[in-house]
Amino acid sequence: MKKHWYDYLWIFSATYLILGFFNILFAWLGMLCFMLPLLIAIFGGDKMYCNLFCGRGQLFSLLGKKLKLSANRKPPVFLHKKWFRYGFLAFFMVMFCQMLWVTYLVGSGARPLSQHVKLLWSIKLPWHWAYYGGVAPWVAQFSFGFYSVMLTSTVLGIITMALFRPRSWCVYCPMGTMTQLICQARKPKTKQ
Amino acid sequence: MEVKIKKRKAKVTQADCVACGSCVKVCPKGAIRVYKGLYARVDEDLCIGCGRCAAECPAAIIEMEEVAS
Repeated sequence: MKKHWYDYLWIFSATYLILGFFNILFAWLGMLCFMLPLLIAIFGGDKMYCNLFCGRGQLFSLLGKKLKLSANRKPPVFLHKKWFRYGFLAFFMVMFCQMLWVTYLVGSGARPLSQHVKLLWSIKLPWHWAYYGGVAPWVAQFSFGFYSVMLTSTVLGIITMALFRPRSWCVYCPMGTMTQLICQARKPKTKQ
Repeated sequence: MEVKIKKRKAKVTQADCVACGSCVKVCPKGAIRVYKGLYARVDEDLCIGCGRCAAECPAAIIEMEEVAS
């Protein structure tokens, strides 16, 4: 099948993850992966981002299919069930808001900057080598928090890529669930 | 005597589809599309029943069904 420019966006996703090891401020670039899908869903009314542009999905495909790292098993049924997908989205949002709250506390001076990346919402990894100062503390705190979100979801995605089918992450990806909900809300009332 | 030929076609369980579009990328005939970000839809006229979408679907909600042609 003919390759398009957007078939190489996995390079962006991989570069993003690597940059976070060298300078945590690059984490802000990840906002693109949050804003673009939402804007496309809100104004375009489709999941073009998931369908064509998602570099992370492409990365999992590449790891699972080209590099044969996926067991290619059918995932458990609950993974695509609404209760699980909505529940995971809700959990994700709560943790995201908590991260924003910590950013606010650091910004207001109530808390010192924590130069850690939190993996899987619980494992605190020292990450001070990737921060050189020069920005407001809350800008740095958001970087650490946001990169934690991105790294955590990548790790979860890699685990399910290896255990099940390559793009298993897409089934419970909170962004995918959110954009599908937006598309459902935008659905024309008339039956197609 | 009438001979009925059965063909395989992809069938999506739309209520369970997450509309990720993985199936669209592997379809050699462009027979499967994501409809308005809601779910994947198969164009039965174009589907050749190769089963690539069913093997690719990360939620495993695409089945190959025999239909009378």
